[in-house]
Amino acid sequence: MKLVFEKSIPGRRAVRTSPSDVPTTMKLDGDLRRQRPAELPELSELDVVRHFTELSRRNFGVDSNFYPLGSCTMKYNPKVAELVASYPGFAHVHPLLPQLRMGGMLTQGALRVLYETDILLREITGMAGFTMQPLAGAHGELTGMMIMAAYHRDKGNEKTTVLIPDSAHGTNPASAAIAGYKVLTIPTGEKGVVDPKAVKKLLTDEAAGLMLTCPNTLGLFNPQIKEICDLIHSVDGLTYYDGANLNAIVGKARPSDFGFDIVHLNLHKTFATPHGGGGPGAGPVGVKENLLPYLPVSIVTKRDDGTYTLEYDRPKSIGYVAPFYGNFAVILRAYVYILMLGKDGLRRVAENAVLNANYVKEKLKYCYELAFDRVCKHEFVLSVSKKMAQNGVRAMDVAKALIDKGFHPPTVYFPTIVNEAMMVEPTETESKETLDAFVSAMIEIAKQAQTDPDKLKSAPTTTPVCRPDETAAARNLNIASL
Amino acid sequence: MPFISNTPEQQKQMLADIGLTMDELFADIPAELMAKSFDLPAGASEQQVRERLAELSDKNSTDLICFLGGGFYDHFIPAAVNSIISRGEFYTAYTPYQPELSQGTLQAIYEFQSAICRLTEMEVANASLYDGGTAVYEAMMMALRITGRNKVVIDDSVNPIYRVMIHSYTRNLRIELEETHCKDGLANREQILDRVDDQTAAVILQNPNFFGCIEDFSDIAAAVHKKGALLIVSCYPISLGILKTPGAMGADIVTGEGQSLGMPVSFGGPYLGFMASRKQYVHKMPGRIVGETTDKIGRRAYVLTLQAREQHIRRDKATSNICSNEALCALTALVYLSLLGKEGLKATAQLCADKASYAYQRLMKISKVQPHFRAKWFFNEFVLDLPCEAAGVIAKLIEEGFAAGFPLSRYYQGMENSMLICVTEKRTKQQIGMLAEALESVL
Repeated sequence: MKLVFEKSIPGRRAVRTSPSDVPTTMKLDGDLRRQRPAELPELSELDVVRHFTELSRRNFGVDSNFYPLGSCTMKYNPKVAELVASYPGFAHVHPLLPQLRMGGMLTQGALRVLYETDILLREITGMAGFTMQPLAGAHGELTGMMIMAAYHRDKGNEKTTVLIPDSAHGTNPASAAIAGYKVLTIPTGEKGVVDPKAVKKLLTDEAAGLMLTCPNTLGLFNPQIKEICDLIHSVDGLTYYDGANLNAIVGKARPSDFGFDIVHLNLHKTFATPHGGGGPGAGPVGVKENLLPYLPVSIVTKRDDGTYTLEYDRPKSIGYVAPFYGNFAVILRAYVYILMLGKDGLRRVAENAVLNANYVKEKLKYCYELAFDRVCKHEFVLSVSKKMAQNGVRAMDVAKALIDKGFHPPTVYFPTIVNEAMMVEPTETESKETLDAFVSAMIEIAKQAQTDPDKLKSAPTTTPVCRPDETAAARNLNIASL
Repeated sequence: MPFISNTPEQQKQMLADIGLTMDELFADIPAELMAKSFDLPAGASEQQVRERLAELSDKNSTDLICFLGGGFYDHFIPAAVNSIISRGEFYTAYTPYQPELSQGTLQAIYEFQSAICRLTEMEVANASLYDGGTAVYEAMMMALRITGRNKVVIDDSVNPIYRVMIHSYTRNLRIELEETHCKDGLANREQILDRVDDQTAAVILQNPNFFGCIEDFSDIAAAVHKKGALLIVSCYPISLGILKTPGAMGADIVTGEGQSLGMPVSFGGPYLGFMASRKQYVHKMPGRIVGETTDKIGRRAYVLTLQAREQHIRRDKATSNICSNEALCALTALVYLSLLGKEGLKATAQLCADKASYAYQRLMKISKVQPHFRAKWFFNEFVLDLPCEAAGVIAKLIEEGFAAGFPLSRYYQGMENSMLICVTEKRTKQQIGMLAEALESVL
């Protein structure tokens, strides 16, 4: 398919700019002026609409079909949230308005959304307060690490390391490193979760804290989580809960009770805001009471008269991590979702997410290798069976064959501690019929691995491209049409 | 239950199928760790939620005539933008890990990267960052990696919001951050060059700067390069329709806030950070990058490339911790730029400059109003001095129906009486006249 630039016809226009109604023409000095116009496409509106419609047809979303991409929680994104985000009072209010004297009273609706989302997330996690600023999950992690650093600086603690399991998302060690910490990797224990003994081995007075996902990326809940958190606290370390997998336990259990001090939530996972092809997301961070002073400025608070305001006077705060109040339109969508589901709805989310995962796991464990054969939470990890491997069939081949059967593949080759990993997260929004169809497709592929493995190797055949050469892409680097 | 497909009957059947009860599915969570409180409101219907949210939306004022900018701008957005980005195939997808199912997103990102390069006159660009502020921070970290040095010089004409963000991010790191004070509204060349030494990784500047003033950094680029340091320029993409590009000035890394390219101001986000650089630095770049390649029968295809820089491969050695970025916002910007096209962007930029220039002249006719800077050129924002505290005047003008501007005392000492006024192509001559009359009447 042609690039949008390659469709350009000189002189063609889509948008007609309004005529100028002012007499002035600003004529810049030559050294301030652009010499040649930017070579942007010259197209009609119809050309543009067709180009992008064609691109959209080469894409696959949750709206297309089942998208069991492990650790990404690809649940259905309610349409009502999109509608609400387009309401003019939300879409077209300038973020500097509440910073003007009198301006706060003109943004009470938006401030209230932020305030109430904070209150709702507190109850969901058991934390004492949230910042809405972090713009994505990884950004929340970095914010959390900065809060950790501020706490230790304040107490005069000399801390240099952060403990992170080998099964963690790559963002965890990257966030800790970028915040200035050295990462110590905790090996996963025999049961698929972190063993407190392994933590003890690595634990020194230099430990600033721990970052952990629970349930972890294998979909397993660690029953010894409290003990692990207590260990970290014994050296005045802080515990960080990566909320990427909260969908498994929302309404059932709360990270504050496990002993976590800092939590981030991925609103684009648990709270159903769209993933957007890779953002925008939102990663609010919640903390326990003693860490509240370190939260970023500003924070929305409620005055005695019931109005809402931005609080800036926070001397111990880590400062700003985002320009304003976070990805407001994303937070708004999550707020809508929480209001619609309510207390019982959110509990059903976790129950059905876990039921759907276990249902698929039980149906597939006879054809594939289960990394850990026990009750899982929202996701589980499979490998190709020994018989499949003997025929040269790899996880990537299973993934590509699934595409031809109309499904998005699971996450492959992650977590890296499992060979030929396929991480399956069905989410609660999928129906039994969809899950059954997926199971049938997976079983068929396992059979085909015995009867006709070459066919799997040549999949997918139904897509516009098949197995692009990634090595060549990096070698003959072409990342822009100039 | 909303958004849960399986009926209670089906759930029972599935549980029976796997021989477990719901309680058994959660038995791995110790009883003492089960939630003791989960006191949320009961669920609501779509109709109820829409009514409530419409009420909250109405509590935010949208009828003020807006002259607020400060890096975030109220530009006209063609209807086709929202129509295209609302396609479920785009917005309900995730990071394009499976290229066969994601050629739409991947090609769009490749086109976005190309558009950013063409706009800034740089060689390479990434798939996006969170916002203009984190983009400057990431550029700074990139410069530290490239040079192996630890000092950064930033002029205070760079957006103060970005600067406070950089201060937050660097507090726990061994980075020496020096601020220079702009002179007459322009980057302070003397101070900057005085501070740059053999430990300086980068100088960070902005054009148009926070005050709207525009200049050519070519001389600074040359001087900075002589010391082995890099020049980072943050820019306002609409202005590049007519302004000299950071690429032409010799910048090494270019960043910007892309909100002005088709995104509403949305009370603070989501926005769009972008980053471009010279090709030689691409391996040190943060974030996703899409490259062109071919598939196994030679068809043109797009894939995520240079992933060995990224957190999911390199973990604590990655160039950044960024995972998801702002893909849908990047798509928005690309669609916007495709609709405006070569001439449309230029015309829009010229309109902004013309209207701002007119507004400046009109407001200067008020006898009590003075210009703050001697700088001759500005793009679509400028600073006026009032005879009294600007914040109070702005508050009075809110009552008159205007978000008239931003009081600079919030970020700059000695600027209590100064206000920053922004004019986009959406403002009319009539609205500018009304603002002038209102301002005159409250002074």
